[in-house]
Amino acid sequence: MSTLDFSTTLGNAWFPSPIFTASGCASSGRELAQFIDLRDIGAVVTKSIMNKARLGRPTPRMAETASGMLNSIGLQGPGIDKFIEHDIAFLVEQKARIIVSIAGESVEEYAILARKLRAVAGISAIEVNISCPNVENRGMVFACDGDAARRVVDGVRRAIGGELPIIVKLSPDVTDLVAIAKSVIESGADALALINTVLGMVINTETMRPHLGAKTGGLSGPAIKPIAVRAVFQVHAAFPKIPILGMGGVSTGRDAFEMILAGASGVSIGTASFGNPTALISIHNELKELLTIKGFASLREAVGYAHRTQEAT
Amino acid sequence: MAGLTMAQINKNAAQIKATLVGNKKVGQYHQLIINIGDIANFCKPGNFVAISVGGDTSRMVLRRAFAISRVSTSSTFGGTMELIIAPLGAGSTWLCAQSEGTILDIVVPLGNAFGIPTEPVATLLVGGGYGSAPLFGLAELLHARGCRVDMLLGASTAGKIYAPMEGKRSVNSLRIFTEDGSMGQTGRVTQPIAELIENLSIAVIYSCGPMAMLAAIDEITRGTDVVHQCGVEESMACGIGICMTCVLPVSDGAGVVSMLRSCIDGPVMDGSHVQWNASGGIA
Repeated sequence: MSTLDFSTTLGNAWFPSPIFTASGCASSGRELAQFIDLRDIGAVVTKSIMNKARLGRPTPRMAETASGMLNSIGLQGPGIDKFIEHDIAFLVEQKARIIVSIAGESVEEYAILARKLRAVAGISAIEVNISCPNVENRGMVFACDGDAARRVVDGVRRAIGGELPIIVKLSPDVTDLVAIAKSVIESGADALALINTVLGMVINTETMRPHLGAKTGGLSGPAIKPIAVRAVFQVHAAFPKIPILGMGGVSTGRDAFEMILAGASGVSIGTASFGNPTALISIHNELKELLTIKGFASLREAVGYAHRTQEAT
Repeated sequence: MAGLTMAQINKNAAQIKATLVGNKKVGQYHQLIINIGDIANFCKPGNFVAISVGGDTSRMVLRRAFAISRVSTSSTFGGTMELIIAPLGAGSTWLCAQSEGTILDIVVPLGNAFGIPTEPVATLLVGGGYGSAPLFGLAELLHARGCRVDMLLGASTAGKIYAPMEGKRSVNSLRIFTEDGSMGQTGRVTQPIAELIENLSIAVIYSCGPMAMLAAIDEITRGTDVVHQCGVEESMACGIGICMTCVLPVSDGAGVVSMLRSCIDGPVMDGSHVQWNASGGIA
């Protein structure tokens, strides 16, 4: 039997497994609960919730691509109040650990959301999604601008800082990811989530127009995994003490192991769950086995192991 | 209630490894028979299945969703389901090329089911192209409940009509329409509907096929007492309610429009609640 310590921490939140859902890829966990026990994973990271109900972008919202897919959901959701009443309540009842992902159109909206969540019991951490590419106004992608990103995190920290870890989700679609990471860390991020989807487009060769109703969408799946590994590696190299929730195309335990070696303390599973509703569990088991085979006594020892100097083998 | 968070996944849905026990070419379609064991007892007309395609090293990362056309709980293989699949895209082409004995990774049953009338009323089943497949299993069920069952099938051309011989046993009448006149009557399947509603006192229309056909039927039934249960189709990534891609604008009857998942709140929806004009776009 393995005596591996498989637990991880993000800020001051402790999780028994480093495998999480990815926001927007598990809805609120209710459907996955038909296939897996939600208590078996690190936490359910909910879809990003906004203050008011939102219908999202027009259909088609999906296009499969080689080893990946584009989506353009556009943050459809019931609004924070109904979300707390129904979705969070369900997860609490299931005894799942919960990371609530929030998204806003303004700096103020993020702060309002954080304040509303402050009073809710049973939440382990807040993910501040400032990098959803599926918004009508690219100006809303706060993660593309260091100052805007800083203001959002400042507002959330004032509302909830010190009570719940703040995980800030960044986009790889920037010139200098490390500079953006620096901004949000300086303004109080306890951890980072890397990466959000990569902006892309598919043209339908029958209609000879962009396939998605919203024209552009976020690319996810194995196609973007090397981008995610690179992003995690770069940011971990610059800020080795900041925990990273790594994601982007992870579909096997070996993929998750790559993320851990690059510097992730936890790994989120998104598109893989669309293709396989039990992917979270198989990845959890495969990663555990790989760490044991490689001789690690704990997950923590493996985090960032790819950064070691040549001598330290 | 048609709320965003209230609908729930089919409580019988399970991910299983299932053996393909039959693969027969029927015109432009393939008839696949898959051994699903006791789960066949829980599959109802309207339910669908999501199947992994391409094998472990495939670049196709998403499942393919197919309507279950019929189930048998007492075949020589035990419980089986039948799928009628047109090899149009890369995923369905892969599936249709698999030989008997292939093990498939499937999630079944998914989605809701056609509502069956409690009284033996007159029903009209309307199928467009390969959408007609689930109507034959439905016809058997309605027939067994004492309903009158009339069926209309339509397609652009004869090769796209799916109408198995044995399927005709459960229907009182079957009329076929093709736009090019290569089979049955020339024209669209929606042409005789208004007249049939009146002559046969149709209480319920069940429809499966392209969204434009479903919208046209809604127009005919609007303002009448005829219930229109339609099987909708939107491109889907997961089939299990977590991706939010397969949504449709649907009214709750009180004027509140929500974007509902066709995999969870559907695929069977009340045609009068679907906002056909806003389908795709959002007001």
